[in-house]
Amino acid sequence: MALLTIRDLQTGYDSHTVTPKLNFTVEEGDYLCIVGENGSGKTTLMKTLLSLIEPLGGQILYGGGLQKNQIGYLPQQTMIQKDFPASVREIVLSGCRGRCGLRPFYSKQEKKLAEANMRRMGLEGFSRRCYRELSGGQQQRVLLARALCATQKVLLLDEPVSGLDPKVTEEMYELIAELNREGITIIMISHDIPAAVRYAGHILHIGESVFFGTTEEYKNSEAGRYFLREVEK
Amino acid sequence: MTETLSLYLAFPLVRYALIVGVLIALCSSLLGVTLVLKRFSYIGDGLSHVAFGAMALAAVLNLTDNMLLILPVTVISAALLLRTGSSSKIRGDAAIAMISVGSLAFGYLLMNLFSTSSNLTGDVCSTLFGSTSITTLKKEEVILCVILSVLVVIFFILFYNRIFAVTFDEEFAKATGVNTELINLLIAIVIAVIIVLSMNLVGSLLISALVIFPALSAMRLFQSFKAVTICSAVLSVVCALSGMLLSILGGTPVGSTIVAFDAAAFVLCYLIGKLRGGK
Repeated sequence: MALLTIRDLQTGYDSHTVTPKLNFTVEEGDYLCIVGENGSGKTTLMKTLLSLIEPLGGQILYGGGLQKNQIGYLPQQTMIQKDFPASVREIVLSGCRGRCGLRPFYSKQEKKLAEANMRRMGLEGFSRRCYRELSGGQQQRVLLARALCATQKVLLLDEPVSGLDPKVTEEMYELIAELNREGITIIMISHDIPAAVRYAGHILHIGESVFFGTTEEYKNSEAGRYFLREVEK
Repeated sequence: MTETLSLYLAFPLVRYALIVGVLIALCSSLLGVTLVLKRFSYIGDGLSHVAFGAMALAAVLNLTDNMLLILPVTVISAALLLRTGSSSKIRGDAAIAMISVGSLAFGYLLMNLFSTSSNLTGDVCSTLFGSTSITTLKKEEVILCVILSVLVVIFFILFYNRIFAVTFDEEFAKATGVNTELINLLIAIVIAVIIVLSMNLVGSLLISALVIFPALSAMRLFQSFKAVTICSAVLSVVCALSGMLLSILGGTPVGSTIVAFDAAAFVLCYLIGKLRGGK
């Protein structure tokens, strides 16, 4: 069952289109990597998928019981967050905010959900620690736990390994792959094409030419061969 | 010293002043944490100048209740300023600077051209730096201040989790279904209300101090949002109370004495933070 069906989608700001017309689907349990050069519109596409900006044309159809606001999101870190005084628990719990509606406080179940997701990300014993004192990898895991509180089905990850060292990068990729094996659909923006080819099941390449298909097809496509060769050089 | 104090406290006017001062200090510190973290420290300054301009206009128009003009004008400006912060052709800081100096000049001009008062410099000085007005509060003003403060505190408690979500990561909150525009608008309105209230206490030039000092001090000491918020509220109330008492005893200007206490508290917290591990 397709969770997301994208039909002739055009994205951009203030009526300037950034990406060409896109068509692709995301099935339940998929691992999709969106790759492309800087400025090709990866982040704009992601913001459109999250309904942060309106599409300029085309449609995003939700299916398989997925609602508009049930996509978990792992954003790139902002300057504000680097010196933000907040405990790990406060941040993870804030992922439940969307499901509270008008209710001002968190319910018992939501607190349990937050704790379960902290355990899932290996953050036991961190709940009272201050976010700004954690390492880059730990901070990403906190934000991942928060994203898991907001969704049961789909995670959108925006460059989840940027700024991490090689060892932590590898651990992060393994963690994401593990979540995917547990049944969570992953959509990831990346410019790390070798890793994308290694982990993802599907690739969406945007840029001058658009490619969408399985990773095997991508490896044999013109764009894929070109970029993989570029990286190997 | 205690005798002088109890003598002063026998006057209802002084008691009113203390109640109003404590409430204003409490309210202004609550949203301070959010404003500092959202990089909006200067909005207090900008809005208070808008309120100054509106106050001058109200004086010229001879309005009996100048709150009727000042409050709506400031609320509207706050909503506009917070909007420009997120997406606009004029960046947030530039917009604040523009509106702030513009209304300051406009207010002073109006007061100069149309004022009937014989002591113009004194009037301007007291609106800018706060003054005697806190000890000349009318009973209705005290009641209005109490009602508004209670509303601000209730709003803050009910929206605490939403304010945290929007402050920490607005995009995430929006993507997961929090109505961030509404929360931002409400924050703007509450800030405007707080600014207008605090004009009586410290005057429009010193309001920013009341908003940001307690938050910055608390951020030196504590690591969670809740602890920082509670600490900044306590600090703010303690500083305001000691500042007011000292100004009564020593005859110093109320506003600047409170701000001096806030600044001293910040230095103290900064040093404690350094000693505890140089974070």
